[in-house]
Amino acid sequence: MAELLFWPALLAYGEAAVAYFGEARRPGLAGRLATWGVRIGWLVQTALLALQAARADGFPWSTWAGSLNLFVWLVVGAYLIWGCQARYRLLGLAVLPLAAVLLALAHAGGGTDVGEKSGYSNLFLVLHVGLVLAAFAGFTLAAALSALYLWQERRLKRREATILRVRAPALARLDELAARTTAVALPALTLGIAVGIARLRDRGGGFDALMAVTLLTWAVYGSYLALRFAAGLRGRRAAYVLLAGFVLVAIVRLALPVTHFS
Amino acid sequence: MSSLVLVGISHHRAPVELRERAALDRERAAALARQLAGETSEAVCLSTCNRTELYLADESAEEAERKAEAALLALEAELGPALYRLRDEAAALHLFRVAAGLDSMVPGEGEILGQVRAAFEAGSTGRVLDRLFREALRAGRKARSETAIGESPASTSSAAAALAEQVFGDLHSRLILLIGAGKVGELAARNFLSRGAEIAFVANRTVDRAAELSERFGGTALPLDRVEEQLVRADVVLSSTSAPGWILDREAVARVVPARRGRPLFLIDLAVPRDLDPAIHELDGCYLYDIDDLEAVVAETLAGRRREAERAEAIVAAESERFREWQAALDVVPAIASLRARAEEIRAAELRRAKLNDAERRAAESVTAAVLNKLLHLPTIRMKEAAAAADGVIYADAVRHLFGLEDER
Repeated sequence: MAELLFWPALLAYGEAAVAYFGEARRPGLAGRLATWGVRIGWLVQTALLALQAARADGFPWSTWAGSLNLFVWLVVGAYLIWGCQARYRLLGLAVLPLAAVLLALAHAGGGTDVGEKSGYSNLFLVLHVGLVLAAFAGFTLAAALSALYLWQERRLKRREATILRVRAPALARLDELAARTTAVALPALTLGIAVGIARLRDRGGGFDALMAVTLLTWAVYGSYLALRFAAGLRGRRAAYVLLAGFVLVAIVRLALPVTHFS
Repeated sequence: MSSLVLVGISHHRAPVELRERAALDRERAAALARQLAGETSEAVCLSTCNRTELYLADESAEEAERKAEAALLALEAELGPALYRLRDEAAALHLFRVAAGLDSMVPGEGEILGQVRAAFEAGSTGRVLDRLFREALRAGRKARSETAIGESPASTSSAAAALAEQVFGDLHSRLILLIGAGKVGELAARNFLSRGAEIAFVANRTVDRAAELSERFGGTALPLDRVEEQLVRADVVLSSTSAPGWILDREAVARVVPARRGRPLFLIDLAVPRDLDPAIHELDGCYLYDIDDLEAVVAETLAGRRREAERAEAIVAAESERFREWQAALDVVPAIASLRARAEEIRAAELRRAKLNDAERRAAESVTAAVLNKLLHLPTIRMKEAAAAADGVIYADAVRHLFGLEDER
């Protein structure tokens, strides 16, 4: 049953990714096909997650691959909130290929299987993993917005004559949206870390690399927001800071083992 | 059957000096249409800055063409060599292309659709022209909605505003610093104003002229030496003076950038020689476009419009073909109607002659009506098909001759 849901979800995300490339070349039908691909893929993945939750003994996404599956769902869900609007469609070029690749990785690692067992309390994991992953999903979107910002800014700086043919969202909107996304994601990460620290103090345990990089990530995004509101950090430099933060998110998600869960 | 005739002049063959002499306002165009239509035919006069065209539907194409030509030559005797004359399918296709903006100087320009609608509403239309103009308006809307032919800016002023939207998004409440109070800057400023931006400052060498402009558009009048101090507040700088050197150099703008706290600044230099130091573009958050940059963008978007025009041509051709089929069916519809009426007349007469009781009469009526319908079904279909394939008149004449319907034409 899980396979029956995984493949359509992956296909839909893949179709959306390809259609977004088509949209970039010739806006119109491809954009609508991409939007429907995202919607259908996300709904099917929601069904997959629901099935995993129903059949799991404990929290079903405590493994590296499982949490990646949940992470993809959160990223696409966050994108769906406003990403399907016509003026932000090009953002799908950054988000959907990433979602398709990460979902395939999650599948390869067994993160889309049903009947997973977890030795951790549900409430702790839901709060800790859920909040941290939601925050990372937000940071991923902020990074996609920043990448789009830098691309659009480069076109304006190069005075590309074709700039009005393939219209990207305006610089000011991308900058503002990335800041808002970060402003929502950072409190989620703060709460997720706080829950983790509370559990660490309660049950004991060591400080590992995952925690260190996560705290560093928090510091980067915290500094970004502080500098933005206190010193007016905006534009290209702000985009670079958000991309640097995303490198840390990628390290946490992909390069480090989920040591304190295993 | 009514023939469709078009006689007119346009920017393709008539220079503006000639076109302006044949241009009619709405009232005069309506009056001319009424005069040409008379009591038996239909007429619409489409008059814009790029064309004056008369569309007529009349039983005699030659007579309609002669009337239209005479009417145009009465407006201006020298129009003769520039006149074009089209009939039926060609005339319909021409109007469909006009409505889609495919015959305009700038492909896809948006104004023409409204002008065609206005001409239609002011015209003296009947069955043919009513259908023609409705279908043309539909084709025009379809070409615009299904292609990007009308989406990109076609002038440097509108390109400047579209580029500013690429920086700020919505231009609503964005503040403009207008440097130079000449016509060029005013035209560009109007484009920004139409998109919701506000003129905050007008700077000019002579403050009186700046004050005059700021009275009309709002904002504060400034001398040129106070431009730098207002750069902190402005979002867009529009410059078009005739000054021989820089009005703003890199250092002046660089001094202001920190105080702007990361807010982007979009600068447009429409002046030749240029007013704004090109090195300003190197500053973080500053985007400077001069007249050459804008013209390159316009050239690209016009090329894009031409590419889209190919797709729009296909849409227009398909819509025009639908009209042609409808018009062709007009050839055979009277013949079909006469044939059916004659058959029904014969059936009714034979039934009247027959000595039948009520039950038998009802049965006979039912059977004969069914026989008649089945017998005439195929010829009806074939005639409509033949009409669409342009053989309609031959078929219609053959039917009239074979069934003796000539007197009913």
